[in-house]
Amino acid sequence: MSNKYKKTLNAIGYYTFTIIIGIMVMIPFFWMLSTSFKSRGALTAIPIEWIPKEPTAQSYVNIFTEFPFGRAIINSGVISVLYTLITLISASMAAFAFAKLQFRGRNLIFKCYLAALMIPAQVTLIPLFLIMNSLNLVNTYTSVLIPSIFRTFAIFMLVQQMKTIPNDFIHSAKIDGANNFMILRKIMIPLSAPTLATLAIITFMDAWNDYLWPLVMLTGTEKQTIPIALSRLSGQFKSDYTVLMAGSLISMIPIIIIYIIAQGKMKEGLSLGGIKG
Amino acid sequence: MAIRKHRKQNSFESVKNASFLLPSFTGFLVLSIIPIVLTFIISFTSWSGLQKLEILSKVFWQENFIGFENYKEILTSGELIRVLKNTAYFVVLYIPLMLTGSLLIATLLNKPYKGAKVFSILYYIPVLTSWIAGALIWKWVLSPEYGAINNLLALIGIEGPGWLQDSKWAMPGIVLASVWKDVGFYGLILLGGLKGINTMYYEAAKIDGASKVKAFFKITLPLLTPYIFFVLIISMINAFQIFPQVMIMTTDAGPNGATQVFVERIYKYGFRYYEMGYATALSWVLFMIIFIFTSIQQKVEKRWVHYEQ
Repeated sequence: MSNKYKKTLNAIGYYTFTIIIGIMVMIPFFWMLSTSFKSRGALTAIPIEWIPKEPTAQSYVNIFTEFPFGRAIINSGVISVLYTLITLISASMAAFAFAKLQFRGRNLIFKCYLAALMIPAQVTLIPLFLIMNSLNLVNTYTSVLIPSIFRTFAIFMLVQQMKTIPNDFIHSAKIDGANNFMILRKIMIPLSAPTLATLAIITFMDAWNDYLWPLVMLTGTEKQTIPIALSRLSGQFKSDYTVLMAGSLISMIPIIIIYIIAQGKMKEGLSLGGIKG
Repeated sequence: MAIRKHRKQNSFESVKNASFLLPSFTGFLVLSIIPIVLTFIISFTSWSGLQKLEILSKVFWQENFIGFENYKEILTSGELIRVLKNTAYFVVLYIPLMLTGSLLIATLLNKPYKGAKVFSILYYIPVLTSWIAGALIWKWVLSPEYGAINNLLALIGIEGPGWLQDSKWAMPGIVLASVWKDVGFYGLILLGGLKGINTMYYEAAKIDGASKVKAFFKITLPLLTPYIFFVLIISMINAFQIFPQVMIMTTDAGPNGATQVFVERIYKYGFRYYEMGYATALSWVLFMIIFIFTSIQQKVEKRWVHYEQ
């Protein structure tokens, strides 16, 4: 068997496998796309229509006219952006203190923060609901945003990054009369930009896709985010999958665009990012 | 005198420096410490969640304190057994499928063929999709009559099961969706491990005349074990916390409670049946289970991180 022949055979094997897996991954998405362009009648046609015979965008009209989905998109956007900003600010402050500043109990507090990673979100759910309720924060943006001030993973990642910044930079800035806030703003944050960018994407995705906490907190329709809207949609439209699939498709678009833009630059960070404790 | 002044300045400096922790520490207290303590306290009461929670009032305790009653009920009512059984069933089906799939993906993406990057994006799309969208899609894909899966199976002459409407097939349906959702994520972690393996080993194996299959089992797998172990522990921890897929895909946790799992129970008892006391006790049990797994994971992770360097 010639070498070239063997090489071609290997390539065929490789692409067969990758494409088969690709198809398996894509079938549900294809089904979603196809369904979202069906009419209600075509939904339950037998034999089923793999590609709609008479494609219609009626479901996309319905989702915005019969349900406040546009509002949910805006809510998700506002909440995810604010959530990300607050996380980045709070985490860089904490990481700066842990990595570069001296104070009593520093290591102990850091260890406590890490230990908090062990507490699953579901365990604190009910008391947290009570706390928010007693603060009259149920069904407000604030309640959904509060968890952003303490994201251990973000703090941990930034500490690792900031530790690599030479102390000399800080010393010379101090000699020039800079205070800690200026050092954080002018030195630490610019030098941590790649890590911050990675964190921003991870945090944004988490906030965009979050379900359990907003489900408990956002009880009304006017403040609900996309995942909550989708789950309520499935209650309201029950078996009208044309609308549900249209909604699912819309919910995916922003995240996929962001990922494709960011891909390559921060794949490593992203794959680590999902390891939530 | 001078020393004392210095000390004073030091403690002032210390407070100033520590003030950078203000936002995160507030979060730490409000989001972690206070809730976990409250969870513990409430778990000893019969509090429903409908009347006010007055932990400091004596009357509240006289009316609601029930000692270990909630825990006793969890352990004796068969609920815990059922939930653990369902979770175990999930794990037994999910882990082998997920692991084989992600190993395959990692191996494929590690090969220097054209288009590997495109495939890596493709495989990652389910990871990026929210669980709600994913679960809604799968509920429809698994529809016995009109869904894609059963109709595809019909093409090759297999009559598909009732999936989510069948108590035997509801959990396998959830597993399929979960594997689809996670395989790209764990695949990328394992890919990181593969990339770290020195190609020197393979060259040496080639010179010794070892076949590719042999090289995979004798070199790749052993060197990848820290990563595989890490993936195993993480996915086990996650398996105890599956929620959105169960909530969305199976109404009322499936026929005969076939898909009742921890978080679904906690949510239902807390916010549907208004038995907050019982729900918090259940969440404390979940905490202990996850705590054990996390402890193992952290021990392993040290080895894992060390390995990479």
